[in-house]
Amino acid sequence: MAFNIESIRADFPILQRQVNGKPLVYLDNAATSQKPQLVIDAIVDYYSNYNANIHRGVHSLSQEATDRYEEARQKIRQHFNIAKAHEVIFTSGTTHGINLVANGFATILGQGDEVIVSALEHHSNIVPWQMLCEKTGAELKVIPMTQEGTLDMAAYSALLSGNTKLVFVNHISNALGTINPIEDIIFKAHQVGAAVLIDGAQACSHIKPDLQALNVDFYVTSAHKMCGPTGVGILYGKEEWLNKLPPYQGGGEMIAEVSFEKTTYADLPHKFEAGTPNICGGIAFGTAIDYLNQIGFHAIEKHEHELLEYATKELLKIEGLKIYGTGTEKTSVISFNLEGIHPYDVGTILDKMGIAVRTGHHCAQPIMTFFNIPGTVRASLAFYNTKEEVDALVAGVRKAQQMLR
Amino acid sequence: MKDIQSIQEELIDEFSLFDDWMERYEHMISLGKNLPLIDPSLKTDDKLIKGCQSKVWLHSELKDGKVVFTADSDAIITKGIVAILVRVFSNQKPEDIVEADTKFIDEIGLKEHLSPTRANGLVSMLKQMKLYAVAYQAQLKQ
Repeated sequence: MAFNIESIRADFPILQRQVNGKPLVYLDNAATSQKPQLVIDAIVDYYSNYNANIHRGVHSLSQEATDRYEEARQKIRQHFNIAKAHEVIFTSGTTHGINLVANGFATILGQGDEVIVSALEHHSNIVPWQMLCEKTGAELKVIPMTQEGTLDMAAYSALLSGNTKLVFVNHISNALGTINPIEDIIFKAHQVGAAVLIDGAQACSHIKPDLQALNVDFYVTSAHKMCGPTGVGILYGKEEWLNKLPPYQGGGEMIAEVSFEKTTYADLPHKFEAGTPNICGGIAFGTAIDYLNQIGFHAIEKHEHELLEYATKELLKIEGLKIYGTGTEKTSVISFNLEGIHPYDVGTILDKMGIAVRTGHHCAQPIMTFFNIPGTVRASLAFYNTKEEVDALVAGVRKAQQMLR
Repeated sequence: MKDIQSIQEELIDEFSLFDDWMERYEHMISLGKNLPLIDPSLKTDDKLIKGCQSKVWLHSELKDGKVVFTADSDAIITKGIVAILVRVFSNQKPEDIVEADTKFIDEIGLKEHLSPTRANGLVSMLKQMKLYAVAYQAQLKQ
């Protein structure tokens, strides 16, 4: 299918609206993506036509809802090239998936073991591991970053040893847009017998990871960054690992047999899916994946790359503008500051002009500390953004600079 | 010294001269730039107001039965808001500060900054100023 930006934009009702009297220029896609009509329709369709609890009813409606939910799991399996559908665990999102794995490793780790995280992480990817290390006595090590905002891979190799049990890295940094060399990270971790969890929250709207080819042990992501609804995501785990980890939460769905003496846990994936899941969210996630694939990830990558190059070139023409995260491998995220001006001020002025960006530390304070800045202005572009919107951003930033200096 | 009510009316008049948000913001920014500087030794972490994406330091002291506020921020728009609040509430009696309403903020077109979800902490700033006033009021009664 040819990439037609006009027809793509028409798929997103929200892009037609105005903010502060100006057409919305939505450049906060790394926080959450907008939703196409198809996904909105899928949500309405579910509640209008076949809302029922799944996996337990004998009635037709329940069967229908179950079938659609399991179809969504299959779509996700195919999309990420996962070997078995039961290796796809529905979660409430990336953070839930990370906590589920961290909780599981609490029974595996002990004194003398080491966990490695990267300096490019989101808070949600640091805190659970700090808690895990406090609980188990394992030690947390950090892969340092370079001035370009990339991981210091030589330092990573030096950190790895027989004591390393687990490595956690994000696929793409939310604050800077850096694409991390996860193939290499996974390969080296496996050489010392460590497991690897990749946080794909920022990646999956831009690229289509092949999880079998990556040979990754765990991969987590959220639907809402991929044109799907909030409150749903997945944890992929290799079957052998998922069988090794204990259940995270107790409740309905996750049990096979219950007596007061002993409960037998259900098989995968139900062992990790306690309680009534986000049925509608899971189904609409499937629809979102269909939508993205219909456009095609090659076309998405190509368009976003063009936008990134254009925006970078145009923004750098502004005197005193500095971009953070200048590695060669990056997605369409531009984190920047104007010399002598607080990012919050820039964001406030841009908002008045209908331009939505994120300002602040982007839940990645260690990165801001590294660069010795209070935060950045972050413009994150999606496949439905246009060059004209980049022009609006650049004009807005110039105006802000003029007003604020 | 003018009372809180007349300073608020003065601000409303001042801001009514502007036609659009850009002029209002430019005025606010210039108010921020003219804010008397806080003594740098007072810019300590215990003077920081929580809930701001930018840093805001607020210091208060009681002089001749009136509360004197000095403040600063590392972001200029926030500093403009701070300047407006200092202008309204500084050099006023504690009980007047406690009882003052803040509807003037709506009328000068800065309503959006009052939303508790805004990360600029205007709400926290106001609250902190009123808390200081309550404390001084109690102190004066003793």
